Amino acid sequence: MSLPKVENMAHLARISLSEQDIPLYTHHLSDILSFVEKMNSVDTSNITPLAHPLDMVARLRPDIISETNQRDHFQTIAPQIEAGLYLVPKVIE
Amino acid sequence: MTYETVIGLEIHAQLATKSKIFSSASTTYGASPNTQACAVDLGLPGVLPVLNEQVVRMAAKFGLAIGAKVAPRSVFARKNYFYPDLPKGYQISQYELPIVGSGEVQIEVDGEEKTIGVTRAHLEEDAGKSLHGDFQGLSGIDLNRAGTPLLEIVSEPDMRSPKEAVAYMKKMHSLVRYLEICDGNMQEGSFRCDANISMRPQGQKELGTRTELKNLNSFRFVERALDFEIERQIDVLESGAQVIQETRLYDADKNETRPMRTKEEANDYRYFPDPDLLPLIIEPEFLEEIKVELPELPDDKKHRFMQEYDLSLYDASVLTVRRELADYFEETLKASGSEANLCANWVRGDLTALLNKNNLDIIETKVTAAELAGLLRRITDKTISGKIAKKVFDAMWNGEGDADTIIEKRGLKQVTDIGAIENIVDEVLANNPKQLNDYRNGKEKLFGFFVGQVMKASKGKANPQQVNALLKKKL
Repeated sequence: MSLPKVENMAHLARISLSEQDIPLYTHHLSDILSFVEKMNSVDTSNITPLAHPLDMVARLRPDIISETNQRDHFQTIAPQIEAGLYLVPKVIE
Repeated sequence: MTYETVIGLEIHAQLATKSKIFSSASTTYGASPNTQACAVDLGLPGVLPVLNEQVVRMAAKFGLAIGAKVAPRSVFARKNYFYPDLPKGYQISQYELPIVGSGEVQIEVDGEEKTIGVTRAHLEEDAGKSLHGDFQGLSGIDLNRAGTPLLEIVSEPDMRSPKEAVAYMKKMHSLVRYLEICDGNMQEGSFRCDANISMRPQGQKELGTRTELKNLNSFRFVERALDFEIERQIDVLESGAQVIQETRLYDADKNETRPMRTKEEANDYRYFPDPDLLPLIIEPEFLEEIKVELPELPDDKKHRFMQEYDLSLYDASVLTVRRELADYFEETLKASGSEANLCANWVRGDLTALLNKNNLDIIETKVTAAELAGLLRRITDKTISGKIAKKVFDAMWNGEGDADTIIEKRGLKQVTDIGAIENIVDEVLANNPKQLNDYRNGKEKLFGFFVGQVMKASKGKANPQQVNALLKKKL
């Protein structure tokens, strides 16, 4: 695990790491990866990948609208709203 | 150097369900902001997504229609990225195991048919909308669209020109509406498209570096954006530089594409199976049930129209783009008992012209199939000529009644009485001695002049064939 990779991952996860913590995380992540490497050595070619720990299948719901408008309720916890919209720091494309 | 264009399309079709893919909130377009975003759509803690059965049914329908394998087992995955219109911080999508496998559709460009491969189609949830109005320097977020079901249809890089890309997109647009799984409304964003495009020297096997074009929300924009991008990429390559793999936004006002953001690598999304959702299992019985519901598809209908009614490829294609238009044609034909070509000409000609002029859809037509059939019957039995019929049709469109009423009221009945026509012909000949003389001295072009005069004198009501025959005899 290299330093720039850890920095990139921190950026993707929007986690801010302090300069001095980075070596520690690099070390931890490297350990995890070596463990994964160990698991990779097991032959799994005849095993179906696990998509879910429960051996069950999805239950479907009928296409019916049952939710009512609860905007005011939900927006009581929003930091800033206007004209029914949630306001967030400007998004720049 | 000559370059070959390689294009692949990703189409997002919003599935026409009442409720969202994983919640029971409404999907109706145009509601007041955030009034249709429930706790699941907002990604509040403690909620669980539950898959909508209708979504599965619609995706399976699409799979069967393109001859693809509908996966007996498919899995939902989380696609992780941060954007304010995606409250959970991930989009629920499908990655390794999509619901629809590879299939194909036929397109037609300049009278030639071509097969375009579909790599896969998978289910996912739509994101919300960011509004960049004047909100104290902030962005406004409307999450009504969040959780609307999408079917993302990914094509093979099989298209070789913008024209082919548009033909493919139109074919898919037609197909999803035939299947009634998407309303196809491009203005409201129900049917959207991104295009991947690259250039390679003619004859080269490997693909060139591609760019992805976004914001192509009309058929015209797809063609224009691709045309622009071809020129741009060729310029880059000719200058000895490399095309950069990136996402570019099409600006319709300036008719150009410009870079949006550097395309994140696929693994940057850190896909993994969504632990909130169990694998989706589709039983063979479920598919059998859907097969029965499948309507006659556009291509089958087109070929049947060519065989059964002896229509040209062009006529058959135009008439079968919309199921409703094809139904209208067949209803008119059956009710009128007229010749198929006459009926086809009226439906794709005069009727379509008036619909377009008034910006109406076929289902909003002012002249019903039964009414048009009434008009065609009067053309077929020679009560009126084709030319007069156009006048009657306009009057019908304007609500003046059915064809017979209008013909009667306006006295438009064609004169087929030989004696009456002969009188008019004699009169015209007597009134134009100079032209008659010139004609008899070899100026044969004047024949048309006499036909015109007779038709004028009869106010267009004389039967043109009879006029021609009589004139030939008398001249």
